[in-house]
Amino acid sequence: MSNESLDPRVNRLKLGEAGEIVKVEEGENWNIYEVFHQEKRGAHHEHVGCVHAPDPQLALVFAKEQFGRRKKCVNLWVVKSADILAFDVEDEDMFANNLEKTYRDASGFKVMEKINKFKQSK
Amino acid sequence: MYGGGYIFDEPNKKQLREEEQHDEPEKLAAFEERIAKGEKIEPGDWMPAEYRRQLIRLIEQHAHSEIIGALPEGTWITRAPGFKRKLALIAKVQDEIGHGQLLYNAAETLGKSREAMINDLLSGKSKYSNVFNYPAETWADVAVIGFLIDAAAIVNQVANAKGSYGPYCRALERICYEESFHLKQGHDAFIELATGTPAQRDMLQDALNRWWQPIMHFFGPPDKVSSHSEKLMQWKVKMASNDDMRNQFLDAYVPKVWELGLTLPDPALRKNEATGRWEYTDPDWDEFFRVINGGGPCNAERLQVRKWAEEHGRWVRKALMRPAERKTFPAA
Repeated sequence: MSNESLDPRVNRLKLGEAGEIVKVEEGENWNIYEVFHQEKRGAHHEHVGCVHAPDPQLALVFAKEQFGRRKKCVNLWVVKSADILAFDVEDEDMFANNLEKTYRDASGFKVMEKINKFKQSK
Repeated sequence: MYGGGYIFDEPNKKQLREEEQHDEPEKLAAFEERIAKGEKIEPGDWMPAEYRRQLIRLIEQHAHSEIIGALPEGTWITRAPGFKRKLALIAKVQDEIGHGQLLYNAAETLGKSREAMINDLLSGKSKYSNVFNYPAETWADVAVIGFLIDAAAIVNQVANAKGSYGPYCRALERICYEESFHLKQGHDAFIELATGTPAQRDMLQDALNRWWQPIMHFFGPPDKVSSHSEKLMQWKVKMASNDDMRNQFLDAYVPKVWELGLTLPDPALRKNEATGRWEYTDPDWDEFFRVINGGGPCNAERLQVRKWAEEHGRWVRKALMRPAERKTFPAA
């Protein structure tokens, strides 16, 4: 192509030098790390997305640029996606609760009723 | 920015394939029921092959649009009028590249690697939003892009953020938050010129005249000729029709242009108060398809710049490579 760009920097690049076909090899964009950010001290780290990086240190650098540049953020964790162990989504039913679970809920224990009944009986 | 409302067809124009919709009727029924209930689909869930294919196409094109969309504006960083405008433009362009990466990751959860997507962009197989095949000739073009094209993209992205695929919705939520600043700084630059000297107003009017057709093209061809929308809307891949989104955009932004005493180059443009719909002259759709297929003023330059960047960045990527690392896909 002729150098007719409106951008003087583009005109300086010898475009087309790379040839018509440029191919990125599979894996050339490194590996994928999951990113967890902490919005304020004392809060949980929450999953916010992923970055591509060759190692954990650079993953942190890229994560700071990608997820720490706009909203408030005080800390970041990164972990390789492959190292995340999760249940199979097909097994979701294992989390289904028994209908009757009041024995493990705070609301399942009615102490005030007993206290009031006791006070009234006095 | 920059999810165009329009999902371009792949070159072979493959239509929704009936057999794939019916391959596992029970699972398909359960899947469609979940979507109808408003549940999100996550990467490990069963999904019809066609849903996966269409989502990859949509999200990938959206990602490419962010990356290529940074080029016409990036051109103006060195020439931005004033320090504050330069800072804002640098921040905006950085955001767009960040959005591209968020979206590539969302598409990767569906099983297509980022490298494969980049290769399809470079080879011309996958498309990006057509507006970026036009040049930003003056600073007023940057104001028009930052105001009206970002506004159009927001209409599209806010709709898509209510879609059915979890990772895409989460990426869009973050993107929409960041876009609000893009729109505001674009509007501010637009107002500055509109309320400035006669020369500034002329420059802005000229930019509006040149960008109006690409903006009308932005949401894609009219509903009457746009194919296979129904299934995509049922699956909440596509959240609103091209014409509905275009109408929503015109309704919100044409008054904001007119109130400044500027004009838009379409004498037929007006709101029909009886129907609530905007009426306009159909833009030249042959031109739209000609530009998509490589015939626009900047198609070649945009892809050449991307190729240059890939080629010249390769040694850095290689130098940092850990060969023992096994490549994986994102979890969510």
